[in-house]
Amino acid sequence: MLRSDVSPGRALPGAGPSADDLVQLVTPDGVRRENPEYDERVADVGDEQLTDLYEDMVVVRRFDTEAVALQRQGQIGLWPPLLGQEAAQVGSARALRTDDFVFTSYRENGVAYCRGAQPTDLVRVWRGTALAGWDPRSIGMATPQVMVGAQTLHATGYALGCAKDGVDSVAVAYFGDGATSKGDVHEAMVFAASLRAPVIFFCQNNQWAISEPVGLQAQRPIADRGPGMGVPSIRVDGNDVLAVLAATRVALDRARRGDGPTLVEAVTYRMGPHTTSDDPRRYVEPADEVEWAGKDPIARLERLLRERGALSDERAREIAQKADAFAAAMREGCYGLPDPQPLSLFDDVFVDPTPALARQRSQYAAYLAMFEGGED
Amino acid sequence: MATMTLVAALNSGLRRALDDDPTVVLLGEDIGRLGGVFRVTDGLQRDFGPDRVMDAPLAEAGMMGVAVGLAYRGFRPVVEIQFDGFVYPAIDQLVTQVARIHYRTGGAVRMPVTVRIPYGGGIGSVEHHSESPEAYFAHTPGLRVVTCANPQDAHTMLRQAIACDDPVVFLEPKRRYWVKGEVDEDAALDPSMDRARVVVEGSDVTLAAYGPLVVTARDAALAALDDGVSVEVVDLRSLSPIDLDTLEASVRKTGRLVITHEAQRSGGLGAEIAASITDRCFDVLAAAPVRVTGFDTPYPASKVEDHFLPDLDRLLDAVDRVMGRAHSLTGWRAS
Repeated sequence: MLRSDVSPGRALPGAGPSADDLVQLVTPDGVRRENPEYDERVADVGDEQLTDLYEDMVVVRRFDTEAVALQRQGQIGLWPPLLGQEAAQVGSARALRTDDFVFTSYRENGVAYCRGAQPTDLVRVWRGTALAGWDPRSIGMATPQVMVGAQTLHATGYALGCAKDGVDSVAVAYFGDGATSKGDVHEAMVFAASLRAPVIFFCQNNQWAISEPVGLQAQRPIADRGPGMGVPSIRVDGNDVLAVLAATRVALDRARRGDGPTLVEAVTYRMGPHTTSDDPRRYVEPADEVEWAGKDPIARLERLLRERGALSDERAREIAQKADAFAAAMREGCYGLPDPQPLSLFDDVFVDPTPALARQRSQYAAYLAMFEGGED
Repeated sequence: MATMTLVAALNSGLRRALDDDPTVVLLGEDIGRLGGVFRVTDGLQRDFGPDRVMDAPLAEAGMMGVAVGLAYRGFRPVVEIQFDGFVYPAIDQLVTQVARIHYRTGGAVRMPVTVRIPYGGGIGSVEHHSESPEAYFAHTPGLRVVTCANPQDAHTMLRQAIACDDPVVFLEPKRRYWVKGEVDEDAALDPSMDRARVVVEGSDVTLAAYGPLVVTARDAALAALDDGVSVEVVDLRSLSPIDLDTLEASVRKTGRLVITHEAQRSGGLGAEIAASITDRCFDVLAAAPVRVTGFDTPYPASKVEDHFLPDLDRLLDAVDRVMGRAHSLTGWRAS
């Protein structure tokens, strides 16, 4: 079901997501749908693995909620909630190997969790004690990108490097629907297609770029952007963790085989504000929120697991406790983050400081030393 | 030691870099079979293959962003921007990413990216082919900016730039591409590319120049000598960081400073150098530093570019000015 052959006559101006367009393996009601092409990609995913995915999503939602609380309490300056996008992030990230490398935007904290970011790592940047939460190479994940769309090129370059190194590692670029209007994203797809880069363009279409609806970015499904540039695409229900896992595996297999890039459009919904500074009441229709609440990624998987008797109350309790513990560790880690030393702002501009910078540093150190208590 | 053009010296520098380090990859428009529009990469794709000498889609931002990803993966990309005026789409990636990732990651990820840009005017070309954008880069923390004025420096400094673990904007004086000079390809890679060099010794005036205007500055020093003024020419070579120590030592000797560049005056490097040297040498300055630069206009049509570009006479006029002689501001006929 790769959309490599899109008829120009199939224009869907302003079309919202329709279930018929999407790869979907679990309905919003928690019913497993058959889809032979994608079912075989997740044939190994039994109840236990599904429960693990459920656990990931519960933990992610829990710490995401905790981070919003930390912002409201003045402990961090800003937070971009991912509420509603747990399946898109967990389903894709759990498809990856440790030697794959992801380049994300700032909202992919669920991806970071799956890659192995520690609780405190997730809040470091938002508390303002560092510009990066972790060493990118330690978890195979670049510092989340603030410049919208820029990371798609980085992923493409990294993927080309993997091919040059003769390994079958894959780079994944995560971006949103807003980013699809950026030149960088288009250039990335052109480079990736022409040079057959083993990269996945994973777009979470959460319907909003701050206040701008996706219709302002795209008059056709975002998945249609790829084929014209030689990038086959898949449109998947982004609130269906199993379908996202399957679609990501299809794209990974293509990349590992040397068949080049794939665009995955995960159709989802940003259930919260753009960031804690946003006020979606100014632009979101309440009816839309109700509709999307009915497609909640966690609720639907829980229904499926409960229906199958795969999720006991006890297991659900354990998962909730694990989620609480992670959130508590994040809060505690946040409190414990020390403010950086003032003179550290001069560090790491270059590998070795230039004479001019060394001079500015020493002059500022002397200035600080004039105050009582010295440079501290 | 061989005699070669500046283009050939750059080509041999790239060849040595590709030979010395398997992580070096070249990325640019038309750099493969064509060998680049100025032939700087002539024969390199044939000898090193399309995997290491890559023709890129026609997208400068794309090249710069892809270079970031390659560097993340451990490569040492060398990006060719075809002409100075085409770099602007890439400035976003250069300023917001290439220049900062080392800082952003607390030193965990290095960005050993070299960006080669033919720059400057005097070739009679159309718009966007004659510009001097160095101040944009020099204003950006995290970027090193260097330029060469002769074939030996072209060869040596390019190899140094590629070997450098910081990102380097390497500006090539395109109107001097066909200047010939002796090049020792086995010369030691020193002095460091971030050091300035006194290329003409003198005692009355320090004339700071770089890139295409170093030749002009040397000519001016010769002409001034006929007039009884001893001009010391300093080839800055590095524009960020600027080797102020070398410049200060010269100005402490001469007490006078003229700075020249093709780039527009306001907010240009001349202003930065004048301020820094005034700060360091106020006690010995016999005159205020003088800048001889392009005007604060867009680069003009080529039939008037000779008026835009600093030339020998404008440099001599500035030398007269710092020497307290009659000059264009006081008027040639002034008593």
